[in-house]
Amino acid sequence: MPAEPQIDVPRHLFEAYERLAAGPTRPIAGGTDVMVAITGELAPIPERMLDLSRIDALRGIQLEAGSLVLGARTTYTEIRRSALCREHLPVLVEAAATIGAAQIQNRGTLGGNIANASPAGDMLPILLATDAAILVGGQRGEREIPAKDFFIAYRKTALAPDELILHVRFPLPPGREVRFRKVGTRRAQAISKVVMALAWEDFGSTGWQNVRVALGSVAATPIRARKTELILEGARPTPEAADLAAEILVRELNPIDDVRSTADYRRMVSARILHRLLREAGGW
Amino acid sequence: MPTRAFTSGVQTVERALVVDPGQRVPGRAAGFPLRREGPAKLTGAAKYTDDLVFPGAWHGITIRSTEAHAKLVAIELDPDVDWSKVVVATAADIPGDNVVASIKDDQPVLVPVGGVIRHHAEPVALLAAPDKETLRRLKGRIRLVTEPLPPVFDPEQSDHVFAKYEVTTGDLALGFAGADLIVEGTYRVGHQEQLYIENNAMIAVPGDDGGIVIHGSLQCPYYVHKALKRALRLTHVQARVIAEETGGGFGGKEEYPSMIALHASLLALKAKRPVRMIYERHEDISATTKRHPAIVRHRSGVTKDGVLVAQDVEVIMDGGAYCTLSPVVLSRGLLHAGGPYRCPNVRLRACATRTNTPPNGAFRGFGAPQTEFAAEMQLNRIAERLEMSPAELRRRNVYRLNDTTPTGQVLRESVAAEEVLEQALGASHFERIRERTARESAERGGSGTIPPGPLRSGDRRVANGIGLALGWHGAGFTGSGEVYIGSIASVELTADGRIRVLTANTEMGQGTKTVFPQMVAAELGVPSDWVEYAPQDTAEVPDSGPTVASRTVMVVGGLVIRAARRLKAAVEERNPGVPFHEAFRDDAKANGATRIDQKFEAYPGVVFDDATYVGDAYPAYGWAAAVASVEVDLDTAEVTVRDVIAVDDVGKVIHPVLCEGQVEGGTLQAVGYATLEEMKVRDGRYLNDRLATYLIPTAMDAPHIRTILVEAPFSGAPHGAKGVGELPMDVAAPAVIAAIHDATGVWIHDLPATPERILAAMHGDRGAPAA
Repeated sequence: MPAEPQIDVPRHLFEAYERLAAGPTRPIAGGTDVMVAITGELAPIPERMLDLSRIDALRGIQLEAGSLVLGARTTYTEIRRSALCREHLPVLVEAAATIGAAQIQNRGTLGGNIANASPAGDMLPILLATDAAILVGGQRGEREIPAKDFFIAYRKTALAPDELILHVRFPLPPGREVRFRKVGTRRAQAISKVVMALAWEDFGSTGWQNVRVALGSVAATPIRARKTELILEGARPTPEAADLAAEILVRELNPIDDVRSTADYRRMVSARILHRLLREAGGW
Repeated sequence: MPTRAFTSGVQTVERALVVDPGQRVPGRAAGFPLRREGPAKLTGAAKYTDDLVFPGAWHGITIRSTEAHAKLVAIELDPDVDWSKVVVATAADIPGDNVVASIKDDQPVLVPVGGVIRHHAEPVALLAAPDKETLRRLKGRIRLVTEPLPPVFDPEQSDHVFAKYEVTTGDLALGFAGADLIVEGTYRVGHQEQLYIENNAMIAVPGDDGGIVIHGSLQCPYYVHKALKRALRLTHVQARVIAEETGGGFGGKEEYPSMIALHASLLALKAKRPVRMIYERHEDISATTKRHPAIVRHRSGVTKDGVLVAQDVEVIMDGGAYCTLSPVVLSRGLLHAGGPYRCPNVRLRACATRTNTPPNGAFRGFGAPQTEFAAEMQLNRIAERLEMSPAELRRRNVYRLNDTTPTGQVLRESVAAEEVLEQALGASHFERIRERTARESAERGGSGTIPPGPLRSGDRRVANGIGLALGWHGAGFTGSGEVYIGSIASVELTADGRIRVLTANTEMGQGTKTVFPQMVAAELGVPSDWVEYAPQDTAEVPDSGPTVASRTVMVVGGLVIRAARRLKAAVEERNPGVPFHEAFRDDAKANGATRIDQKFEAYPGVVFDDATYVGDAYPAYGWAAAVASVEVDLDTAEVTVRDVIAVDDVGKVIHPVLCEGQVEGGTLQAVGYATLEEMKVRDGRYLNDRLATYLIPTAMDAPHIRTILVEAPFSGAPHGAKGVGELPMDVAAPAVIAAIHDATGVWIHDLPATPERILAAMHGDRGAPAA
C-alpha cells in the first residue's frame, strides 16, 4: 500500500479548480505546516495533494487602486525584500522577519499562513488590523472575504473545500498607522505567546479613527478586541486612555493555559504591550 | 581506502579525513592539534549511525505503553494482518534475563505479558519490516490489553525508595542556637532534556556465531556490551559494540542505548538480518532519560557577620519508573548540596523515589546542578537578608586549603575556590555594576511619573541586573567508583611501526579523539598526527570505563599518559641513547609489537567509605564561578542573558580551544536550564515532547560568554587535570537567577525563570479580572 499521496501539479488556476471540484485534495504551497504534520504523524497523510508551486497567478506583490495586493504564494522572504511592502505597509516586513528561520521564510507563504488558520499565525492579526480582504476562487467563481469574517473557529476558515486563496488585498487609507508586537517563547524560531497588531487613522483634531486592536494566540482564532477598540475610538493616546484601554483589554480577553504560556500571562502581557504601543504613539 | 569487515560480511568504507597534517591554525590554538573528526563533520563526510548502509537491513520500531501504570494482560495482533511478512518480538523472545543491566536489575527490556507497565513510554513489543511505510501502517494494529493500576506522579508521595543517604557533621542544634539569622528556602527544578543533535540510533547485525554486532550512537560501549551479554545470553566475544560517530550525548547516551541495542538485537536475531532502530526526535524526547527533577529544602544559620554556622538540607529526586543511575545521581547531588562552603554543623539528607514517569538518568552535572542551584540561591538570599554583598558573603565562607567537608574530607590540595571567585569578580567589575543596577532600580521605584503596575511598566522599559554564583564539582567518579571498575587503557607500538591509543572512550563532540593522541604524542616526543586513535570497538579496545563524569581526560587520560611513558621507557631501554621518536620504527621492525596496558590504581591517600559516607568523596574538586548580566523587558518579563563571565579551574588545560568549548557549551546549557527549558508533565506524560515545544536557546538567545581558565593541578593525575565537561553546568543557572533578582527585585525559586513566573512574582495575578 503506497503511503505517498497522489500529487497533482497544475500550471493554471482552472486546472487547480477542476481538481478541487473533483474531490478532496490538500493544497500545498510552501509545505511548512503540512510537511511537519506528516513527518510528525500529527495528521493522516492526505490521499491526494494539489501542488500550487507552478501556478504563477498566485504570485506577485502589486499596488492596485489604493491597496497593496499580495499573491497567496508570496513567501515571507519575498515580503521582507519587497520595496512596495516596505514603503506602503512596513509592518508586514516587520512581522515576516519574526517568523521561523530563514528556511521557513523561504518556503512559507502568506496564503498558507491564512489557510492553516493557526490562532498563533503571526501575520493574521495584521490582516485583521488593516481590514484586509482575502480573494478566494473556484469553479463557482471568485469572492472576496473580509479578514474579520474569515477565521470562523479553531483552525476553521470560511474557505470552501473547492476554493483556493488567490490573493490578499490590504487597503492603504491615508493617515493610517500600524504597529506590531510579537511575544515569543525565545528570540528566534518561536511560536507566539501573544501577537498584537494595532492600527489607527489620525487626522489631528478628531482623535484616533478606525482603531483596530487585533491579537493572536489569545483565543481559538485570531481576534479583534472590539471593546478595547471602542474605548480608543475618537481618543488620543494619553496616559489615561492607555490605562483604560489596558484595563478593558484584560477584561475582554479570555485566553487559555497551554504548553507555551498561561492565561494570566497572556492577558497581562496583552494589556502591557498595548499600553506600551499607546505610550510610544503618544510620545510620553 | 581502508575497509572494515563486519561479521555479517557487510562492508562499509571509511572515508579518508581531509586534514592536511602540516596544517596549523593561528591564534589561541597555535601549537595545538586540530580536531580530528572536525573536517569530516564540517564537510558532511562524517558517517553517523543512520548514514551507515547495510544491504537488506530492516527497520525496527518500538510499541510502547500509552498508560502510566497498568498490568499488561495481553498483546493482541490484528488477525486481519498477514504478520508473516514482518517480525514482531516480545519479552517471550528474550533468550537471557529480561533486564537492562544497570545498578539494580529492575527495568525489563520489554514488559512481559502478566507484568507491570510503569510509565507511559514503556517498551512492550517490537516490530520490524522491510520498509518504514509498513511500520507506519501496522504499528496501530498491535493492541495492548491492560488493567489500569493507580499511578504515582509526586515523588514525595511515593513509597518506593531507590536510594537514601544522610551525611552529618557537628551538632546541628548547637549550630542553629549560635546563629543570628536563620534562612529557609524551598527550590524546585524540573526535567531537562539533553537534546543532542543526533537522535538515538542503533543498528544490530546478527553474526554467524549466534552473536550480535551493534553499531550505534553511544557514550559507553562496555555498558551496552554488558547489557547484551546478560539479556541475550552471549559470550564476551559474541557481543560486539562499535561506537559510531556520535552527535552529542550529555549523559543522554549513557544508559538508554543499552535498551535500544537490545531491542534492535532481538529483532535482528528473529529476522536473521540487520535491523535499524533510528529514533525520531519525538520518540527520543518522549521516551528517553532526562535530568532528574528535584525538590531541595534548605535551612541555614549564619552569624550577623555572615559566617555559616549550620546547614540543614533535604534533597528529593524523582527517579521516574526505574532505578537506572538514580542512586549515583542522588549521591553526587547530596555531596554537592552544601555548596563550596565551610560549615561546622551540617546535615545533608537525600532520597530518590519511584514515580510512574519515564526514567530519569544521566545528564551533564549528574545531580549537582540541581542541588548547587539551591545552595547558591540560599547563599544569595542570605546575603540579601544580611544586606551584605553576595561576593563578600562568599569570601567569608568559601573553602580554603585544609578545610574539611561534611564527609570529613580534608581539602589537602587543588583548592581554587577563592581564585575563581576573585577572578570572576574582577573580570566582571561585579561590585561596580551592582552599585549601578541598585541605583537604577531605586530610581525606577522612586518618583517616576508613571508608577509600574500589573498592566503597565513604569518609566523604564528594561531593567539590568548582575548575579554571581560559585560552585564545585567532584572530579571523576564518586567514592570508590574508579577502584570498583578498574579501567584499563592501552598504548601500542604496532609491528608495522604505528602508534595507537586504545580506549573505550568515545568522541561525542568533546574532543576525545583529539586530546588522547595529543597527550600521548607529547609524552613520546612525536607530532600528534603520528598517533592513531583506535575505533571504539569492544573487539579491539580494552574497557577503560564509560565516557561520563568528566573522567575521560582526568582518569583515562592519566592512564594513557602513564602507558605512553612506559612504552617510551621500554623502547629507549632497548635502544640505548636513541630517543623514542627516532627509535620506534626500527624497534618495531626488530622486536614486533609492544603494547602497554595500564590499569587504574587508587589515587594515593584517597579513601572513602561507601557505607558510612565518610572520607574523600572525590579525589579532587574543580571550582567554578559565574557572573551573569541580564536585561529584563519590564513589559513582558522576557529575559535576555547579555553576557556570562565563566571562570573554571580544571586542574590542567590540555587543549585550550576544546576546553573553552566545554565551558561555553556547559554555560549555554545552564542558561537554557535557567530561563527556557521546561518539560511540562501531565499524568506522567511530557506535554512538550517536540522541538517546536521543548525550547533550548538558539544562537540568538546565547549570551556572550567569556571563559577564564584556572589551573590548580591535582597531584594524583600525571597531568594534573580534573575534568571540565560538567563543572560549568553547575554555576550559570543560579548566577542568571541572581541577576534576574538584581534587575527585578523578585526571587524565582523554581527553574526555569520563565517570563510567566517572573511577571507573576512582580505583579501577581492582579491583572486578572475578578472571577
